[in-house]
Amino acid sequence: MFLLALVVLPLVAGLLLAGSGNNNLPSQKIALGFSIAIFVASLGLLCNSGLDQSVNLNWIPALNIKFSLAADGLSKLMIVLTTLLVPFIIATGNSQNKNNHVLYGLILMMQTGLLGVFTASDGFVFYVFWELALIPIYFITAFWSRDENRINITLKFFIYTIFGSLFMLVAILYLGLKANSFSIEAIYALGTSLPLATQSWLFWCLFIAFAIKMPIFPFHTWQPNTYVASSTQGTMLLSGIMLKMGIYGCMRWLLPVVPMGVKEWQTLVMILCVIGIVYASFIAIVQTDIKRMTAYSSIAHVGLIAAGIFAQTPEGAMGASLQMFAHGINVVALFYIIALIARKTNTRTMAELGGIAHQAPKFATLFMIVMLGTIALPLTNGFVGEFLLLSAVFNFSGVLLAFAGLTIILGAIYMINAYRAVMYGELTEVSKKFTDLTTGEFYVLAPLAALVIVFGVYPAPIINLVEPALKALAGV
Amino acid sequence: MTNLLILIPLLPLLGFVINGLGNKKLSNGIISTVASGAIFGSFAISVVLFFSLKHSFEQAPIVVHLFDWISFGNFYVPMSFQLDALSALMLLIITGVGFLIHIFSAGYMSHEADFARYFAYLNLFCFSMLMLVLANNFVVMFIGWEGVGLCSYLLIGFWFTNKEYTAAARKAFVMNRIGDLAFIAALFMIYQNFGSFEYEQVFKVARTFSADNHTITIITVLMFIGATGKSAQIPLYTWLPDAMAGPTPVSALIHAATMVTAGIFMIVRSHVLFNLAPWTMDLIAVVGVLTAVIAAAIAITQNDIKKVLAYSTVSQLGFMFLALGLGAYTAAMFHVMTHAFFKALLFLGSGSVIHACSGNQDIRTMGGLKKHMPITHATFLVGCLAIAGIPLFSGFFSKDEILAFAFDQQPVLWIIAAITAGLTAFYMFRLYFLTFRGTFRGTHDQEHHLHESPASMTMPLVILAVLATFAGFLGLPHVFGHHILEHFLNVSGNVLNLSHTAEIALMIVSVAIAAFGILIAHYLYVKRNLVPASDATPKAMLYSLSQNKFYVDELYDTIIIKPLHFISKILYSGIELLGIDALVNGTGSFAIGSGNTLKHLQYGKTSFYLFAMIVFIIVILFSVFNF
Repeated sequence: MFLLALVVLPLVAGLLLAGSGNNNLPSQKIALGFSIAIFVASLGLLCNSGLDQSVNLNWIPALNIKFSLAADGLSKLMIVLTTLLVPFIIATGNSQNKNNHVLYGLILMMQTGLLGVFTASDGFVFYVFWELALIPIYFITAFWSRDENRINITLKFFIYTIFGSLFMLVAILYLGLKANSFSIEAIYALGTSLPLATQSWLFWCLFIAFAIKMPIFPFHTWQPNTYVASSTQGTMLLSGIMLKMGIYGCMRWLLPVVPMGVKEWQTLVMILCVIGIVYASFIAIVQTDIKRMTAYSSIAHVGLIAAGIFAQTPEGAMGASLQMFAHGINVVALFYIIALIARKTNTRTMAELGGIAHQAPKFATLFMIVMLGTIALPLTNGFVGEFLLLSAVFNFSGVLLAFAGLTIILGAIYMINAYRAVMYGELTEVSKKFTDLTTGEFYVLAPLAALVIVFGVYPAPIINLVEPALKALAGV
Repeated sequence: MTNLLILIPLLPLLGFVINGLGNKKLSNGIISTVASGAIFGSFAISVVLFFSLKHSFEQAPIVVHLFDWISFGNFYVPMSFQLDALSALMLLIITGVGFLIHIFSAGYMSHEADFARYFAYLNLFCFSMLMLVLANNFVVMFIGWEGVGLCSYLLIGFWFTNKEYTAAARKAFVMNRIGDLAFIAALFMIYQNFGSFEYEQVFKVARTFSADNHTITIITVLMFIGATGKSAQIPLYTWLPDAMAGPTPVSALIHAATMVTAGIFMIVRSHVLFNLAPWTMDLIAVVGVLTAVIAAAIAITQNDIKKVLAYSTVSQLGFMFLALGLGAYTAAMFHVMTHAFFKALLFLGSGSVIHACSGNQDIRTMGGLKKHMPITHATFLVGCLAIAGIPLFSGFFSKDEILAFAFDQQPVLWIIAAITAGLTAFYMFRLYFLTFRGTFRGTHDQEHHLHESPASMTMPLVILAVLATFAGFLGLPHVFGHHILEHFLNVSGNVLNLSHTAEIALMIVSVAIAAFGILIAHYLYVKRNLVPASDATPKAMLYSLSQNKFYVDELYDTIIIKPLHFISKILYSGIELLGIDALVNGTGSFAIGSGNTLKHLQYGKTSFYLFAMIVFIIVILFSVFNF
């Protein structure tokens, strides 16, 4: 029941907050306090790394659908990532927004969707939470953004993801109805026994949904515009947590379900992933807006994670787990950094900025640490994951490694270029407006930067948490 | 006792943290004491461990395990350190020379506002290098490997308001990363073929392979490419001369004690693999000797005191790689050591000169500094004699050993190396004569300002001069006595098969070549009192080629950087915006079209989406039921 409470309470709190209709509430503080409490509570899951805290309630008996949740090590990692990041995402916001009670209510509701996705052990429940997470983020990106084109952009994002989800729904319904149960065990048992042709189309139905969510090349074109147009909090939710739904989905609801289908299409998918890494890295180099650049860098990073997963080696799965956690922290920190720059100087155009390091040494240091995490320097959290992922790609094909490995070089180029453009050089007129971090800002960014180093030096807690779960998944 | 080993990298890390956090709050005195004290502590521990454990680690390396860094299934990377003869030698060089550079910096950087940041980076640099040499497996080595890349980036771009400096810093980092990609690929291949990252295990398995095995050849070539990045060899050498954008003591640190020696260290560390790859060895020897001669050919026309030294480093590193390629591992390490002493000496000496000349680095407007700066002059002269290979000075012994190996195995290599040695003697004494002899060619104001540097700067120079003079006796040629270093390192490589007569004859030849180079420099710049022409003067083609560094930077710009940007632009504007996205929008036009007609239904109505969802679900449920 603890798990159920953890998943459902944010929805309840969110509905209460949004439904209060009271614009004068200190909504941000309430949501922050609540999400911190949820985070602390979620740490209780870490007492052991085995599968536990199952919920199994009858939901739609006619179709043998059960509302069942369970958490193994991988789920727990994703739960903690979510509950850890949500308070930061809430804290980075503005306390003065109009309709703040709705905004923070939606963020909390979204948390339920995310937690549900990461814990569902019934295919139908997984699908419901998958869609549930989409609705709040749609409104957050559509209504709390200042971009002129936000309606068109978010509509495209919405249609794109819904389009993908429908394929997934078809696959899940097919599997669940044929197995006469939507439970994950039943779906695994059925899926693995299906003939190759069936596994193949099921593979594509599921893959397209997950690939759009991450996104994997060439299903990515909704992403840069949506990230750029969204408010900071929307971008953080999308990139920090929501895209991990796609990765997690592959690990839990694709690879073990249709192993033959995966084998059949593995090479093509690996090539797509690697094309995405190189393609997005190249494009990131010529971006002038630092937010759009970060959006493309995220495509490159996710491409590598996906490549690692589809290589189907222990290193790939472990690397993906580590990198999901690291990417979540780093990308939220990066988008916060970008938000601070945009808020203080009113621009995100790198050419207009410069010399901020002089003006703001604290900010310069923390930005540097986050940047190093992003380019996967050893002893930062980005390294261990990237190293394992690349090793998995190598195990699949040395030729692919030669291309995927370009991320080491290209990533350094665009990140260092961005840092140099914004932080170094003579102080520009625009940058003069940048004042160093306030205490509040410091206490949001500093812990994230600290995590970059902590999990780079000592990744063992994550490794030990997910190892049994990954073994079990691989053994299915 | 052995646990003290952990403190060797940890102390500089601690110094980094203290000065990094204490930025602005600590006084300069405390900052430099903390930083220098940390590195001195490491040095002291290194010395103690060296003498107390020397005999035990000559049998087997001493391994200290900190914790399991990455460990799951069969994948195992421990955070472990290893002390053996090779790492002990490197420890002494890094911490010893590093400490002197710290002391020198306290004086040199005393007017710098960002004093704490400077020393924090310096400590971090030493930490990274110590990790690199102390690692007991390739992944921990990679921590240090990338770490020194980062620190060089931070220090080259230390004065970050200057865009050119930060461009030089970026160049260093990116070029290093190109090498790192090859290195990381080598690591994966090592793990795949030997089932471990730990040296002992890897080498144990590797010994069962036959020579000329394809896998090992590929692994070693990849490792060598990694080394060309870190140790500035063709084709990845162009970052090092630009790296002089950083404060001068940093150049001493990068060029002498740390960073560039990493590639050589790595190959010596992995010599078991390289011994099995004769093809790679030949490649290394050729690349090394070519780098040596090309860099020397560039150095002879440079007019910036630091640029001359920078190209001399590239050239000397070429000698070391030549030695590696010939299987003369001990000779390579010997030259690493003597070079660390005389190059640190020369770079710090140039710092002292630049300090006196109020920041001027152009040797055309120097001259006659001998009488103003007697200590700097005397010690710099020692450095020049050492690098030129004058007998009794350390460089003579180490360089001569490499030349002897070259002559023994491949006379063509010997000829090129000998020519390089002649060029080295010439450009170093060109530098020396133009800087210290003759009369001062700067303005009157500048002349008035000339002064000897304070003791904190001259003291390290004197110590380094002593080391640069006598360190050669650790590796006496067989004809004269005992090669202490060879016995100590005990690395199995090729051995020299020269008669004593041949050894002595070779020595005489190389001394003659060095003397010839010095004499020409003396004739041109003392006798005829020539001063290199200003940049605007038209020059002979060869001279101009050399002065413009054979246009390699321009070449890279044309064949790599411009195409890279071109491809990026094409991918973005052509394929991303016009291709894929247009296709997606086209496909989605039906959906968006119907979305537009339903516009009034959509906005602000959550229920609509839930409703739509349910309709979809029902439709699909029905279709599936009919399956």
